[in-house]
Amino acid sequence: MEIRPILSAMWRNRTGSVLVAVQIALTLAIVVNCMFMAKSRIEFIARPSGMDIENIITAQSLGFGSDYRHDETIDADLRALRALPGVIAVTPASGIPMSGSGSATGYKTSMDEDAPRETANYYRFDEHAEQALGVKIIEGRGFTELEVRRADDENYDRMPPQVIITKAYAERLFGDEPALGQLIYDGLNESAEVVGIIEHQYGAWVHWSSFDNVMWFPQRQEGPSIRYIIRAEPGQRDALIPVVEQTMQELNSSSRLVRNVRTMEETVATSYEGDFAIASTLIVAIILLFVITGLGIVGLASFTVRQRTKQIGTRRAIGARKRDIIRYFLTENWLMTTIGIVIGTVLTISLNYALATAFEIERLNYVYLVIGMGMLWLLGFVAVAEPARRASNVSPAVATRTV
Amino acid sequence: MFLYNLRLARLSLMKQPLLTGLMVLAIGVGVGACMTILTFVYSLTSDPIPEKSDQLFAVRLDSWGPDEPYDDRRPDEAPWQLTHADAMALLESPVPTRHAAMRKAVFTAVPENRDVAPFLTLSRMTGGAFFDMFNVPFLFGGTWDEDADRNAENVVVLSKETNDSLFGGENSVGREARFGDDVFRVVGVIDEWQPIVLYYDVNNGPNNDVEDVFMPYTIGDRREIDMSGNVNCWKDEQIDTYFDLMQSECVVTQFWAELENEAQVAEYQSWLDRYTEGQKALGRFERPTNNRLSTVTEYMKIREVAADEILVVMSIGVLFLAACMFNTIGIILARFIAKAPVIGLRRALGASKAAIFRQHLVEVGVVGLAGGILGLLLSMLGLAGVRAMLSDGDRAAHLNLELVLIAIVIAVSSAIIAGLYPTWRICQLAPAGYLKTQ
Repeated sequence: MEIRPILSAMWRNRTGSVLVAVQIALTLAIVVNCMFMAKSRIEFIARPSGMDIENIITAQSLGFGSDYRHDETIDADLRALRALPGVIAVTPASGIPMSGSGSATGYKTSMDEDAPRETANYYRFDEHAEQALGVKIIEGRGFTELEVRRADDENYDRMPPQVIITKAYAERLFGDEPALGQLIYDGLNESAEVVGIIEHQYGAWVHWSSFDNVMWFPQRQEGPSIRYIIRAEPGQRDALIPVVEQTMQELNSSSRLVRNVRTMEETVATSYEGDFAIASTLIVAIILLFVITGLGIVGLASFTVRQRTKQIGTRRAIGARKRDIIRYFLTENWLMTTIGIVIGTVLTISLNYALATAFEIERLNYVYLVIGMGMLWLLGFVAVAEPARRASNVSPAVATRTV
Repeated sequence: MFLYNLRLARLSLMKQPLLTGLMVLAIGVGVGACMTILTFVYSLTSDPIPEKSDQLFAVRLDSWGPDEPYDDRRPDEAPWQLTHADAMALLESPVPTRHAAMRKAVFTAVPENRDVAPFLTLSRMTGGAFFDMFNVPFLFGGTWDEDADRNAENVVVLSKETNDSLFGGENSVGREARFGDDVFRVVGVIDEWQPIVLYYDVNNGPNNDVEDVFMPYTIGDRREIDMSGNVNCWKDEQIDTYFDLMQSECVVTQFWAELENEAQVAEYQSWLDRYTEGQKALGRFERPTNNRLSTVTEYMKIREVAADEILVVMSIGVLFLAACMFNTIGIILARFIAKAPVIGLRRALGASKAAIFRQHLVEVGVVGLAGGILGLLLSMLGLAGVRAMLSDGDRAAHLNLELVLIAIVIAVSSAIIAGLYPTWRICQLAPAGYLKTQ
């Protein structure tokens, strides 16, 4: 295959070739960076939570007025909710994990005032928490019924003597030492013993770097607000939502509001919606850009073919085969694409560098650059195929006709 | 002449409808993508109260603990909120024209009509000056007076929606409304009012709705209320009750002041500095003095209302438009060069370079306009998509007249910029060479 005539044809129309190459370069830079960022978001959203989110319903009860009795209301709610068919377990909760709202505070491993503190997102649950959340306690045990403090307990404001923590938090607090049976201290040096270790569970804030620093206290949240985490048997969740709401309404609707009876899936999706929106936007941008660039190549190639009808006819008349004509256009396009990809590689890396410097974005994984190059080569090939085929069908007679 | 050029443009564009369509599509998609993102960024960064945004100041004092800054990432910033005690002290300052402390709380509204179920309301606990400071429009009545603030009276201003639920939309001024066990006197009802960015409280979420009811901040000084919103603490204190929290070093309250000129700002700044110096003598404010006054737009920037992610997507959007433009330039150039013989003929018959230039500029302008209109339609589609994905994207994802004009300007000017080089190129062609081949 003789490259020289192609190069000389491209040189004669160098501006046009450069424009195509620049467009391909920009496409590569944008597509690769978008792909990489979209992938990071999707992986971020898909992180395993440790909980049985698909089967969990959450609900809130908010008391008001002087007739409201917090503990009695919770007792009645729990009795009724636990008796519902299709319910595996229920725990009263101070908050809903992965909801974006919760409480956190720092704890340390010794009485020493200057001991380093590690922040944990804490929850108040009862002895059914392990079942209700569907998490796994891998060392020690869950809470017992007697350990759980009611909101009217006289010692409610003291730190409870037992806590359960996640493995991740245990490792951040105690390093390699076993955490089970150890004491942890709050800022006022009240202490609690670690009685159980959870394999993995996420806390309240999906964007927090210590998202898996979670601690449970055997306590009921004080009034007037209480939440319930209700785990349904597989397949029962959606049917249970109206039943849960009605059950709670019937028990007490004169001194409390029943709110936000909904799936945990919905809550989690809301927490991730910004990430989801950005990932979707990036993916739409990738698709659109591919379509535009592909159509651009088709348009330009078709146009060139029409412009060069006479030359093609002449070439055919002096002995070029159809195959040669097709190969000519494919090679020409391949050359332009390749020049574009070379410029694009530099552009991709610079764009990623600029974004990473300005906005704290991860450095590019070069696998995505290779994927992007492959995709663009393929796109160029597919886009030029039809115009090239049409060129090959130009009859040699054309050369004589228009003279 | 312009009309003649338009007719030429039409003829030329109709000759290759597919290529023309492709150019319009490329510009349309580029502008559509860019406008979708720009709309979002614009909503989140534009000045929400331009008539006085430089007179409203978010007030912050650095009361945080000595060991580490409030925000590790930005150690120079003071905490976003004040302690309750500091807020009450600042309310005594004679310097600002107006000022208001504020926090959020939850109340259960109990309608007189027993058939209407009680419902949850979010309350902004603030000062009577709030409404004048932020230019809140009233439907009925008005704000409460200073005595109500001083004596922590049970008075309430309702949102239009809450007034509809409680009083069926009637003028309820002077009537009584029950919240939990307490009876409040209605003094005003505000009209529909919803800034795109809830700029007076970006702490609790800049996309939140305006509250359902407004009550005197001082009520929370007198009795326990169900707080909603952020509480941040640094000190190891025994905090068991609500009142422990109110007297603690925890920051719970936001504070705004209205200062009309630089002299007043300077005077207030030194008043604040004197206040914190006095507190230092009592063993508080152990960090270096760092009392901050930030205007509305400054504070929105400090609090990063337009998150990094959105700015990243915006830079991608601009590059996206650029890629679409290179696509268009390529097509325009190819088309114009193919037209060289015709242009040569026109030049030979006496058309000046300038006339040729104008003619082709009109042609690309028409393409730009068509692309701009397509881009607008696409950005509406894009914004509908964004609204579907974001529960609170509703307000930010709307086009307004200004943005529509910006879209058209972007489309036409980028098409003209894209057309400039090809147009210039064909004007440079020597007519003679092309005449020979005819």
